[in-house]
Formats: sequence, C-alpha cells, structure tokens
Amino acid sequence: MEQLTHMEANLQRVKKGDAKASMHRMEIDRIRFVLSSYLRSRLQKIERFFPHILEREKSRGEGDPSLLSPEEFAFAKEYHANTETYLKAVALKRMPPNLQTVDMLKAVPEPCLDSFVFLRVKERQENILIEPETDDQREYVVDMEEGSQHLMRYRTIAPLVSSGAVQLI
Amino acid sequence: MFCEKAIELIRELQRMSDGQLPAFNEDGLRQILQEMESLYEQNQSDVNEAKSDGRAELIPSIKLRHCCLLRNQRCVAAYLYDRLLRIRALRWEYGSVLPANVRFHMCAEELQWFSQYKKSLASFMRSLGADGLDITQDMKPPKSLYIEVRCLKDHGEFEIDDGTVILLKKNSQHFLPRWKCEQLIRQGVLEHVMS
Repeated sequence: MEQLTHMEANLQRVKKGDAKASMHRMEIDRIRFVLSSYLRSRLQKIERFFPHILEREKSRGEGDPSLLSPEEFAFAKEYHANTETYLKAVALKRMPPNLQTVDMLKAVPEPCLDSFVFLRVKERQENILIEPETDDQREYVVDMEEGSQHLMRYRTIAPLVSSGAVQLI
Repeated sequence: MFCEKAIELIRELQRMSDGQLPAFNEDGLRQILQEMESLYEQNQSDVNEAKSDGRAELIPSIKLRHCCLLRNQRCVAAYLYDRLLRIRALRWEYGSVLPANVRFHMCAEELQWFSQYKKSLASFMRSLGADGLDITQDMKPPKSLYIEVRCLKDHGEFEIDDGTVILLKKNSQHFLPRWKCEQLIRQGVLEHVMS
C-alpha cells in the first residue's frame, strides 16, 4: 500500500508525456490489481466460511497468532451478526418456538481440508506421514526434498504451510 | 403433501441458475410459516394426549410432523441464504447503488441486509492503507495502459486525468486509459472493443 501511494506521488512529479510515466502507471495498475485480488480472495473466503472462521478465532489459544487482521475480524463479526439478524427478522421469529435458531456451524458448509493442493518445498522435510484414504490403503511416509513439487491433500501439509516450510502453488 | 411449498421456493431459485434474483416470494413464505404453525399446534396437542392418556400410537405421527417442521425450516433458511448470496454478488457487480428493477425484487429486510453489508465493506476498504483501497475495482489483470472503447449509451462529458474532456455519445469510439473506463464498462455504458 505504501508503495502504491509513493508511486502515485512520483507520477505527479514526472512530466506529462514522459515515457517513464507510462511505465509507472502500468506498474501501479499491476500492483493495485494484485493487492485487490489478494484482499478480495480473503474477504470471499471469510464470507463463505464465516461461522467456522469465527469459531476458530474463539477457540484460538493465547499464544497463537490470529489468521485474520483486526479489520477482517470486525468484518467477519459484522457479516455474521447481519446475516443472523436478517434470518431472524424475516422468518425465524415467525416459526414455532423450538425452531427459532439455526446452527450456523452446521448450516454453512465448512472448508474441505482434504482437497488436493500443489505445493513447492522450501525446507527439506523428512518422514511426513500420509494417512490412508480408503480402507485398502495403508499409511506411509515420504521425504520431501527442497525445491521439489508435490500434489497432496491439504490436511497432510497444513502445519507446514503455517510454518513456511512449504509454499502452495 | 407437507413441505411442498418449501420445495417450490427452492425450485424457484434453481430455475435462475445464472444468479439472477427473482422477486421475493412473500406469499410462499407466509404459507410455509402457516403450515409450520399448524403442524406445531397439532404436535403440541398430540404430545399432551400421548403423555396424559398414554397413547403411544400417536408418536409416529408426532415424529413425522417434527421432521416436516425441520425440513420446512431448512428449506426456508436455504432459500433466504441463497438470495442473500445473490444480493451480495450484486454489490460487487453493480456497485453500491442497485438498479431499481433489482431493488423491487427485494423485501425490506433484504434491503436492510444490503445496506449493512455495504457499510461493513466500505469501512473495511477504508481501513486499507492510508486512504483506503477500493477492492471492488481492478477485477481483471491489467493487459494494457489504454484501451479502445465504444460508447453504448449517451453518458455526457467525461474527464480524464490530464484534464481533457471527452463527450461520450452513443456509438462513438475512444482510446482511453483503462483504469478510468473499468467502472463504466461494468455499468454497461462503455464496451471494450477488441480487434
């Protein structure tokens, strides 16, 4: 963000018609696109999985860093409150007394942690345990060399993503 | 048959699979809520009878009505939530002012939800960086600096960064900076001409 404002300020100073202005402009547009796209994806994920995300925030330990920025957390809470208020006002309050709440955690589908993802290994890993998917398979271990690329279930390598040892592609 | 109206509501949305928002089915919802009320009352009286007179043979029908109640609740929640998702998409597609024909299809509570959602989104965007960042712009990666656009309707005068004023008349073509045109393209005023 700071880079964007810095570049826009630079742009004002460069003479109109100077070739550098176009380059700057393109760069600004690209940076702004990447930034917007990143923030949009995050927001969409928050909206899609809001009960589960808020639940995880609630049960987060003291030392664990939050996955959301304070503004994202505020947005998530507002979205949750807004949706609940809406459902109550338009239908739930007119239903029989024992049916006036909807358990959001059950109603909203949770993210599928077993979906396969591509990843690149940044730090060499040894003895990663792969759980069996079907009853016919058995669990086994793999070693992951630095720089190698793999396709596996997200759940298996989730902690490695948080620590930065692997990078999703 | 119980829960038929509820299924009808779901089918209504399923028919418009492109994300369009049909008119809010106030009538349908009211009928379902009435059905739920009558099912519940029947169950209340049956439960009392079963308890006081020991009439265990009422239990299967109590269970059936309870299942119908749950099904109705689930269908209603699904209908309302799916509409909400469509309305949310409208903010990202059209901006914060919705076209009148769309607003006409929304009930008062949905308009309220939309207005609250807009506010949440706006305050989030304001918090980004020093002056805020409008992340509802820049939806596609930038390919080039200037693009060729054709005007689809009269839009009047349009000023670009270096001060020049362009008159946007229907069917006129212009070579304009991409970032200025993006919003007008989304609103349908300009059309990107790719030759």
